Amino acid sequence: MFKIVRREEMTGGTVILNEIAAPLIARKAKPGQFVILKANEDGERVPLTMADSDPEKGTITVIYMVVGKSTALFKTLAVGDGYQDIIGPLGKPTHLEKVGTVVCVGGGTGIAVLHPITRALKEIGNHVISIIGARTKDLLILENQMRKVSHDLRISTDDGSYGHHGFVTEVLKEILENEDVKQVVAIGPVPMMKFVSKITAEYHIPTFVSLNPIMVDGTGMCGGCRVSIDGKTKFACVDGPEFDGHKVDYDELMRRLQAYCDEETECYEDYCTIRDAG
Amino acid sequence: MPEQKPEIRKRNFNEVPLGYTFELAQKEASRCLQCKKPGCVEGCPVAVDIPGFINFITKGDMTGSIRNLWSRNSLPAVCGRVCPQEIQCEQRCILAKRGDPVAVGHLERFSADYERAYGTGELPPNAPATGKKVAVIGSGPSGLTVSGDLVALGHRVTVLEAFHKPGGVLVYGIPEFRLPKEIVTQEVHFLERLGVEVKCNMVAGNTVSIDELFESGYDAVYIGVGAGLPRFMIIPGENLVGILSANEYLTRANLMKAYKFPEVDTPIPHGKNVVVLGAGNVAMDSARTALRLGADKVRIVYRRSRKEMPARIAEIHHAEEEGIEFFFLTTPVKYLGDEKGRLTGMACLKMELGEPDESGRQRPIPIPGSEFELQCDFCVVAVGSGANPLLTNATKDMKLNQWGYIVADPETGKTTKKGVWAGGDIVTGAATVILAMGAGRKAADSIHKYLTWGW
Repeated sequence: MFKIVRREEMTGGTVILNEIAAPLIARKAKPGQFVILKANEDGERVPLTMADSDPEKGTITVIYMVVGKSTALFKTLAVGDGYQDIIGPLGKPTHLEKVGTVVCVGGGTGIAVLHPITRALKEIGNHVISIIGARTKDLLILENQMRKVSHDLRISTDDGSYGHHGFVTEVLKEILENEDVKQVVAIGPVPMMKFVSKITAEYHIPTFVSLNPIMVDGTGMCGGCRVSIDGKTKFACVDGPEFDGHKVDYDELMRRLQAYCDEETECYEDYCTIRDAG
Repeated sequence: MPEQKPEIRKRNFNEVPLGYTFELAQKEASRCLQCKKPGCVEGCPVAVDIPGFINFITKGDMTGSIRNLWSRNSLPAVCGRVCPQEIQCEQRCILAKRGDPVAVGHLERFSADYERAYGTGELPPNAPATGKKVAVIGSGPSGLTVSGDLVALGHRVTVLEAFHKPGGVLVYGIPEFRLPKEIVTQEVHFLERLGVEVKCNMVAGNTVSIDELFESGYDAVYIGVGAGLPRFMIIPGENLVGILSANEYLTRANLMKAYKFPEVDTPIPHGKNVVVLGAGNVAMDSARTALRLGADKVRIVYRRSRKEMPARIAEIHHAEEEGIEFFFLTTPVKYLGDEKGRLTGMACLKMELGEPDESGRQRPIPIPGSEFELQCDFCVVAVGSGANPLLTNATKDMKLNQWGYIVADPETGKTTKKGVWAGGDIVTGAATVILAMGAGRKAADSIHKYLTWGW
């Protein structure tokens, strides 16, 4: 069992942080890599990109949003409880390079994945401007942590409750007009990554995105996570999860993410009915 | 052997053959002529003493029978079910000349099942401890065979499995109705009782590298990771929703038990009008799984003809009995989908057979102008698998062939990296459980020699 050593609730309980004892994984984990977690015997294998890892303490950190049965089940796990199974680190680490000015764009729980990458980009000497966004102020996570690892942090909310009123893409555009940006990293909801990539393509700025499609094994065995990159099929689990943002077929990715929508609803409703019945 | 009737079994996941009664087993065993030079043993990749274990059944000594089997084969309950006996031991049986060989597979299964149900659980003795440590990567049939052989010789064996359950293809690939997972669990448990340590959730190459295994005190490493890279058709539309590799489909159904969804949390597509591409055992397993998940119509689409089908005759027969339809000499050229990106069918071409190709089978050639549409709402791609590069990419100093398989000595399983052996599908490409076990047996012999005498 992989014990939870620290647990935090964010955004009123819809986003959960788990720091988990997994020394073998922590020893090897690098920014950008993911793990697969399974809560119990009948649980689903859920891929999550790591938000942090600490080789000395032997822990990894994941931050997830409660969206369905499996994440609702994860939420019930307290400190001292654990996940039955975790594998990793999986996928290729982020390619880190000193290029000059870098913009890191994060949305929703994507900010959690962006955080260690931003830190690493700053540590190797880049000038880092970060933009983080959420629908509304209460749903924004890791503001302080992102501020610490960025030279300049911008915030935007869809409803204008905090920072720029609008989308991260508008803030990005303004930065691209005024700064000599060499690279953009965008991690968040698929539409956000799609529109960030669309803008940076106009400015010819290399951009990478981190994808989280449906997968089972995470080791290249099932092919469920296939994505079209420049018209060619790649497996996000072993060829990614990071790809050149200008080459991803986002519409296909969105359709594939919906593949089990009906089943997920059914399963979650079942679970909530049973849970609420006590 | 008695079986569940097709119309019943095609809607459940229970095992199809029901197994012998003691009387039936003894009757079948007594047909064995106890040849002085038994052809059956030569036909067995792990050289099971077939007349020996059968003779014990005839005499009613079931402990003797299972002990005899275990001495050559750690997985008799598995082999009795999934080995292609018809081209191995049973083909070489003297009675096969009269068209009715001794049912070696059924008897092997009976002996193992009897031990599981009524056995004493008493273990065969291991040799004294040697103090040597071996890491086995992958807990499929070849890895388990290596483990069983080496632990019996007194070595300490640790098996590293990437999935959360041991068994490899036996748990993720072969369906419950052909090989109940309880049996695999028991066979692995038997090895654990012999002293084999099984560590799950270990992705060799990622969680731990081969060099780190040596650094942490292992004296030898065996790689039996299988051929876990699904092949696709590489035709337009393959990423539509409703197209799965057989690996994904079977892993969801078997390892994750998604056929019990929503009782378990992993979903699986429930196609009504299903096409399975390919005609090997994996294709048959996929087609029969789709039927059990409630499909109205399941069709196997294969580019060659009936006689080139690579699946076992018994599996094809079972599939046909259950109502699976076959479209021979047909190949899809494009998948068709709706505006939501979901599969609605495929454009196919008719084929004819030409000159033999490198496999010795007649090459299928498309017939110009023969294009037609086949409707379906779900498709499983079961056209084979390749070498999964996860571990081999992380092990730079080990030679691979042009297809990415590990180069290993066919007699010993030795790779080009000192102290490392490999066998099974990651060396040969996708083959059978028993051939992987045969490779494991040879490697275990070689590893034992190395641990005793050096490289």
